[in-house]
Amino acid sequence: MSDTVKTLSIDGQDVSAVENQTILDASREAGVEIPTLCHMDGLCDIGACRLCMVEVAGIPKLLPACVTKVAEGMEVTTDSPRLRGYRKTIVEFMLSERNHICSVCVSNGHCELQAMAQRLGVDHVHVPYRYPKLPVDASHERFVLDHNRCILCTRCVRACDEIEGAHTWDVMGRGIDAKVITDLNQPWGDSPTCTSCGKCVNVCPTGALFEKGRSVGEMIKRKSFLPYLTQMREGKK
Amino acid sequence: MREEPVMNGANSAAAPGGYTIDICMAAGCLSCQADLVKDALEKEISKHGLGDTCSVRGVGCLGLCMAGPLIVVEPTGVMYGSAVSADAEAIVKSVSGAPVKRLELNAQQPFFSRQVKIVLENSGRIDPEKLEDYLAQDGYAALSTAVTEMTPPGVVNRILKSGIRGRGGAGYPTGLKWGTVAKSTGAQKYVICNADEGDPGAFMDRAVLESDPHRVLEGMAIAGYAVGASQGYIYVRAEYPLAVKRLKNAIRQAERAGYLGSNICGTDFRFNVDIRLGAGAFVCGEETALISSIEGNRGIPRPRPPFPAAKGLWNSPTLINNVETFANIAPIVRNGGEWFASIGTEKSKGTKVFALAGRVSNTGLVEVPMGITLREILYDIGGGIPDGKKFKAVQTGGPSGGCLPEQFLDMAVDYESLAKAGSIMGSGGMIVMDETSCMVDVARFFMEFCMTESCGKCVPCRVGTCQMHDILAKITGGTATMRDLDLLEELCDTVKSCSLCGLGQTSPNPVLSTLRYFRDEYMAHIQDHVCPAGVCQMKPARTLAEVAA
Amino acid sequence: MQSRQPALEGKPSAPSPNVAAPVADDKRWKLVNATMRRHGYQSHALIETLHTVQEAFGYLDDDSLRYVSAALKVPYSKVYGVATFYHFFTLKPQGEHTCVVCMGTACYIKGAPALLAGIREAIGVESGQTTDNGRVSVLSARCIGSCGLAPAVVLDGEVAGRMNAKDLKDRLAGWMASGRAVEEVVPQ
Repeated sequence: MSDTVKTLSIDGQDVSAVENQTILDASREAGVEIPTLCHMDGLCDIGACRLCMVEVAGIPKLLPACVTKVAEGMEVTTDSPRLRGYRKTIVEFMLSERNHICSVCVSNGHCELQAMAQRLGVDHVHVPYRYPKLPVDASHERFVLDHNRCILCTRCVRACDEIEGAHTWDVMGRGIDAKVITDLNQPWGDSPTCTSCGKCVNVCPTGALFEKGRSVGEMIKRKSFLPYLTQMREGKK
Repeated sequence: MREEPVMNGANSAAAPGGYTIDICMAAGCLSCQADLVKDALEKEISKHGLGDTCSVRGVGCLGLCMAGPLIVVEPTGVMYGSAVSADAEAIVKSVSGAPVKRLELNAQQPFFSRQVKIVLENSGRIDPEKLEDYLAQDGYAALSTAVTEMTPPGVVNRILKSGIRGRGGAGYPTGLKWGTVAKSTGAQKYVICNADEGDPGAFMDRAVLESDPHRVLEGMAIAGYAVGASQGYIYVRAEYPLAVKRLKNAIRQAERAGYLGSNICGTDFRFNVDIRLGAGAFVCGEETALISSIEGNRGIPRPRPPFPAAKGLWNSPTLINNVETFANIAPIVRNGGEWFASIGTEKSKGTKVFALAGRVSNTGLVEVPMGITLREILYDIGGGIPDGKKFKAVQTGGPSGGCLPEQFLDMAVDYESLAKAGSIMGSGGMIVMDETSCMVDVARFFMEFCMTESCGKCVPCRVGTCQMHDILAKITGGTATMRDLDLLEELCDTVKSCSLCGLGQTSPNPVLSTLRYFRDEYMAHIQDHVCPAGVCQMKPARTLAEVAA
Repeated sequence: MQSRQPALEGKPSAPSPNVAAPVADDKRWKLVNATMRRHGYQSHALIETLHTVQEAFGYLDDDSLRYVSAALKVPYSKVYGVATFYHFFTLKPQGEHTCVVCMGTACYIKGAPALLAGIREAIGVESGQTTDNGRVSVLSARCIGSCGLAPAVVLDGEVAGRMNAKDLKDRLAGWMASGRAVEEVVPQ
């Protein structure tokens, strides 16, 4: 069965892509990197962080590259002063939303949010910090959840649901008060459904989920297992 | 808890040549004890032995809500307002003679005479709990015609010809949507009626559901036939229990009479309707969030494309339309697309129901042709601003809309004009404000609403509405600077451009429109430390000496 | 996350045999089971089922959530996520009486904040709280659709329009004192 090939242009470069491929996938194959945070290879895309928004000629709205399929003749711009400005503000929103203090964090130096801020040139936050009072759940035998560092990317929820199948994690509440929770908002250590597989810890982009016994800067996430598992599941080579 | 009001008990059969006292039994009038007034009327009829010539009937919304409970005596057409139980005797005795002057309302006043009723044509004139009343007004004739004499593409064409646009707020051409769903491939298709009316200040859909539920069912069934769907859902917000009750009743009646279920009107078309309850989430008025809710999940919107017309409920092609849109379908099928297109303006056809509320004399529901001016709605029909106050602004479109000042009073009300002026048609809420309203506080109120209703999925809306609200609270609290205003305008652009769904994308609209027309009020708060309307409680300004101390 | 297609044909699946209602002979569980059965015990019946639980018991407690989770085969965290997403559901027992103040636009313009201030003065609670003696719960709603009669409140399930602070305070005082619903004609 052959999928149709589509040709489109990304940042002025002519690219061929397979029908039903997303702009994000097509761009990456063409060597164009679009910033993402909620996207993770192997997990369903949800288009939540809005960092991957791109401009498409002829369409007044910006489109999220991770969930938008390529179309024949599309002219995509992945980088422009306007997009860069929005991306910086979105990262600043994340930094201001909760309490991200790199100097005392286990993921310092290995954090996707920190790396994104550096990459986009975020050297200060021009929206007021909110300083919410958020708890830390250290009840699990091997892992810790620190809500202060969570950016609600929901990778943990998706990994636990789609890969491990336990669905221990989900989100409670809504809006600015939303929080990730285990089971009926119980301490993680009391969870009857958690298999302690550690997948959520390793897909978490920040120091929100980490292994006990790590000190500052020592939490290095191991993501290499994820695409392998996905390939096993989908029978790809 | 008082028992459920009984619509029509002992005296319900209208005697030929006799009088019927119709009393509104929709939620608004019920909250003014209309059910007690109805009981009292029935007792008085019994007491005076007038049962052969006079009866009482519960009907739906008559529109002039602030004068509830509303009563109309047929066939004389005498109208009474603000009736209480103690008035029952006088009303009953007056049916054949002179009306009770102190209660009488002018049934020919502009509020009533200037309206053009299509959606509300049966409201207040039939008993919403009686199928026979609906049938007597050509009820289900359109459905019968559609399934026995027309083809599905023929029905879609008629809707296209009418030019009707979605009445939920976005104004997307309904015929186009139906055509897309009809052409989408899928073993199972769905029709969803969006009855989640979450805009604060809007109660048009509620009135239709409580006053004429069969109308909506007929519209949905015709839609099912046109697009090839066999299952319909009505997603009703939980805050409308009476609407849910009347709908359930209507569905049962329609099924028994062969207008829903299998073999509709004797054909092999089948269509079932089930009700699904909302649970207090404004975001579930957004179509993909609504679908998520029916699927039993949190009401989280999904990226579009794919659009529900292609992949909606359980990944099947789904048609979603608003209550008011469905309420227009049967008349369009009955009278033809050209008839509908002859009303309204070139790009905005038909009528629109508006919920007039706020600082206007006649609060209630009005249905007017598109293209009527704001001045006619607010002054001729609405009776102008009470208490000798001056008009300041009218807010349309709820939290996604804008505030329009005096200079737009002679603007024609249609989709394009409202958008050009910086607002939107929205679902039909029209809140009138006078000099006692602070426009900055109104913007803050709507931003607070968006902040608490945000689903939390995407960063721009979740955090952006919170940051924008904090700035607006600083302005109304008297501690903001001009830099805060610059930041506010910048964040409005970011949130508008980057949010995932309509809630976030339109959340800056009230701010943008008040900045456009009432910038002086923002300046007064920030620079002069004063709230011109006298609404905002500002912290007293500190002198430099106090700050330094 | 993919959503599962509902079973269009075939028998609905019964709940697993190990699941017993928390208090087996409490008749209110029959209502809950009836709702789940009506929807064929499918996972999309979650919201309808939580409505029935709240109607029957007044609020959603952990035991009910566990029972519904097992019966509909929906993970605990998902049930909790749904229960806390929708503001209509409450996880805390309500007071004997509830007063819902509408905070829609029309009611806001016509004085709803003054009503909340009056409530605060009279019985010392904010929206979302219950009085210490458990008699009165105060909530705010985003809009109840009675905009023609703004400002509106819902007292024990009944809408009362054109409310003013004084009448509301009197009514609440009555509830606090007697603890029983006082049958008064709401002023017009």
